[in-house]
Amino acid sequence: QVAAPVPQPLRRHSQTTLSLVPQNEEKRSLSLGGHVGFDSLPDQLVSKSVTQGFCFNILCVGETGIGKSTLMNTLFNTTFENEEASHYQNGVYLRPRTYDLQESNVHLKLTIVDTVGFGDQINKDESYKPIVDYIDTQFENYLQEELKIKRSLFNYHDTRIHICLYFIAPTGHSLKSLDLVTMKKLDSKVNIIPIIAKADTISKSELHKFKIKIMSELVSNGVQIYQFPTDDEAVAEINSSMNAHLPFAVVGSVEEVKVGNKMVRARQYPWGVVQVENESHCDFVKLREMLIRINMEDLREQTHARHYELYRRCKLEEMGFKDTDPDSQPFSLQETYEAKRKEFLTDLQRKEEEMRQMFVNKVKETEAELKEKERELHEKFEQLKRMHQEEKRKVEEKRRDLEEEMNGFNRKKLAAETLSLSQPLKKDKDKKK
Amino acid sequence: GMDAIMLQEKLVERLLCARGRTMRQKVDKQYVGFATLPNQVHRKSVKKGFDFTLMVAGESGLGKSTLVNSLFLTDLYKDRKLLNAEERISQTVEITKHTVDIEEKGVKLKLTIVDTPGFGDAVNNNECWKPITDYIDQQFEQYFRDESGLNRKNILDNRVHCCLYFIPPFGHGLRPVDVEFMKALHERVNIIALIAKADCLTPNETKKLKDRVRDEIERFGIKVYQFPECDSDEDEEFKQMDKELKECTPFAVIGSNTVVEARGQRVRGRLYPWGIVEVENQSHCDFVKLRNMLIRSHMHDLKDVTCDVHYENYRAHCIQQMTSKLAQDNRMDSSIPILPLPTPDAETERLIKMKDEELKRMQEMLEKMQQQMHEKDQ
Repeated sequence: QVAAPVPQPLRRHSQTTLSLVPQNEEKRSLSLGGHVGFDSLPDQLVSKSVTQGFCFNILCVGETGIGKSTLMNTLFNTTFENEEASHYQNGVYLRPRTYDLQESNVHLKLTIVDTVGFGDQINKDESYKPIVDYIDTQFENYLQEELKIKRSLFNYHDTRIHICLYFIAPTGHSLKSLDLVTMKKLDSKVNIIPIIAKADTISKSELHKFKIKIMSELVSNGVQIYQFPTDDEAVAEINSSMNAHLPFAVVGSVEEVKVGNKMVRARQYPWGVVQVENESHCDFVKLREMLIRINMEDLREQTHARHYELYRRCKLEEMGFKDTDPDSQPFSLQETYEAKRKEFLTDLQRKEEEMRQMFVNKVKETEAELKEKERELHEKFEQLKRMHQEEKRKVEEKRRDLEEEMNGFNRKKLAAETLSLSQPLKKDKDKKK
Repeated sequence: GMDAIMLQEKLVERLLCARGRTMRQKVDKQYVGFATLPNQVHRKSVKKGFDFTLMVAGESGLGKSTLVNSLFLTDLYKDRKLLNAEERISQTVEITKHTVDIEEKGVKLKLTIVDTPGFGDAVNNNECWKPITDYIDQQFEQYFRDESGLNRKNILDNRVHCCLYFIPPFGHGLRPVDVEFMKALHERVNIIALIAKADCLTPNETKKLKDRVRDEIERFGIKVYQFPECDSDEDEEFKQMDKELKECTPFAVIGSNTVVEARGQRVRGRLYPWGIVEVENQSHCDFVKLRNMLIRSHMHDLKDVTCDVHYENYRAHCIQQMTSKLAQDNRMDSSIPILPLPTPDAETERLIKMKDEELKRMQEMLEKMQQQMHEKDQ
C-alpha cells in the first residue's frame, strides 16, 4: 500500500485566461478493491486490429536465381505467380507484388518486393541505389500522408518495408563485396535478416565456419542486422537462442516428396532427400518461427518507431526544421512555419513574376501579330487597289481601242457609202460598151 | 437486469475469442503462422501498458468523486477539502489532475482523472466551461507540437479520452448550463451524459427523465459518444440487447464509498432507513452498464475516437487557422495548405489557372478586334 499524498489543485485560473497546467509529477500506485475490468484492454485492442486487418512488406535482396521466389512460396505455403527473371537486365529494379492472405480470422495484406537483376551487371557500383530509393520512397509516402491536413492514417495502406531478407550465396567462404556494400547501405533503413540461400550445398562443418565468418565480417564492418528482441520475458529465451543461429541457412521447395508415410516438402537428390522442415537439414523452421510466428509485430514496430523516425528526422532537418532538446524551450511551430512561409512566399512571388512576364510577353506577341496582320491587310489593300487601277487602266485602254476601232470602222463605213454613191453609172457604162 | 450482464459478458467473450480461435489452428499442416499476429499484438500491448484520461464534470455535490471511486474500486480522493457556499460565490473553475497506476491480471493502466471543481458553482457561471475547453485544447496543442517535432521518442499523451458529464436528477431535463457545456465540448471530447444521484428517482421518474434528456440532446444537436454499431453478422439476440442498452442512455448512476451488507453479501451501497441501494444492482441503477461500457468493452474505442476524430479535427482546424491568418497578413484571399513540407504546387496551380483564364479572355478580346478590323476591310 503506497500512501497517497493529497493532490493539490495545480493552478487557479480565472474563467477567461488560458494557462498551461503543469503535469502532476506524483504518480501513485493504488491497489484495487475488486475486479474493475480494464484487463480486457489488450483484447479490445486486438479485436480492433483484427477487424482492421494487418499488412506486412518483405523485401528480398539477392542474386538472380538464388531462390528468393521459391523461399517466399515455401514460407507462405502458396505459389505466388512468378516468371523466371533474366540475367540481362540493364540495372536493378524492384518489383513489388501485393497479395491478400487469410488464416483463421486474420487478414494479411502481404507485399513481396523482389530485386530483379541484382548482381547481374558487370559494374555493380550503383546496384544498391534502386533498393535504397524504393525504401525511401515508401517512407516518403507515409510522411506525406502524415503531414496532410486531412489525413487518415488508420486507413492508410502501409507500404514501408518491414523486413529485408538478404540472400547470401552459399560459397562457403565469406560475404561477397557486393553483399557488404549493400547491407551497409541498408542497415540504417530497414531490418535486415541475412540468410544463406540454397544451403543444401554446404555441409554441417563448412556451414558452421561459414556462419562464423559471415557474422564476424558483419560485425567488423559495423553492419547492424536485426536482433530478435530479448526484452519481453515471454519470448526472450527463444529469441536469444535464435540470435545465435544467424544467419539462417535455408532451403526452399514447393515440391513434395514421400518420406516415411508422409508427404513433406523437400528436394530429391540421387543421394538423399533434403527436407525443408527438418531442423537438422536446414534452418527453414527457425526462419519461419522468428519471422512470422514470433516477431512479425516487432518488425512492424521497429520499422515505424526506429527506421521511419530516423528517415523523418533526417528529411525534416534537411528541409530546415530545427528541433531543440527537451530541456530547453519548447519547439516553436509558429516560428518554423513563419520561416517556411517566407520561403514559400518568395517562391510564389518569383513564380508570379514569371507568370506576369509571360503574360506581358504573350500580350506583346499577340499585339505584334495583330500589327503584322494589319500591315498585311493594308498591303493587300494597296495591292488590290493597284490591281484595280491597273485593271481600270487596261479596261480604259481597251475601251479607247474599241472606240478607235469603232471610229475607224465608222469612217470606213462612211467612206464606203460615199464611194458607192458616186460609182454606180460607171458600172452601167462599162456594161453598155 | 440479468440480460445486460449477459450482454456484457458476451461482448468480452467475443473479444477473447478473437485470440482463442487463432491458437487452435496450430495443428493444421498448411499453417503458415501469421494467425498468431493478434497474439503478438496482445503480448506487446500488455508489456507496453495502457493509459487513459477521464474527465468528470458537473456541479459540486453530484457524486462525481464517489462515482470515480466506485468505478475503479479505489479511493482517489482521500483528504480532499470541500468548499462551503460562501467560498464558492465567485469561485473560478479549476482543472485538477490525479494520475494513478493500477494493475489487474498483469495489465497495467495509467489512469488520469481530470476534475473540474468549481464548474457551475459560482453565482455567475458565464462561460464557466471555457477553462475546460481550453484545457482540452491545450492537450491537443501539446500533442500536436510533440507530434510535429523531430524527436518523437517519448511523446506523452495527455489528451482527454472521455468526459463524464453529470446531470442533476432534481430538475426536469437539461438546464441551459448543461446544454451550453455539452455543446462547447461535444466536438472536442467524447461526452457520456449521466444522471447523477439516481437514488432519488423512482423507476418511472427515471424513465421520464431519460427520455426527456435524450430528446433534448437530439433537439439541441448535441453529439454525445455513440457506442459503435453492432457488426451485421451478430445474432439477433445480441443486436436486440445492444439496442436496449443504447435506449438506456443517459445512464442513471449511483456511487458509494462505503461497503454495506445486503442480502447476505458485502456490497458497495447506500444505507437508508427504507432500504439499501446497491450500486452494482442493475435493477437499482445503471452503474454496471456504465462500468462495462466505459471500462470493459469500449475504453479502447474511446481512445481511438479521440485520436482519429477529435484530435484530427483539432489539428486540421489549427493548421487552417494558421494558414488563413498568414494569408490575411499578406492580403491573399486563399488558404494556402502549408505543411511542414512545402507543397506550393496546389496554390501555384490555382494562380496559374487564374492567369490562364485572364490570358484566354484577353485573347478572345484580341480576336474580336481582329475580326472587326477584318470586316472593316471588306
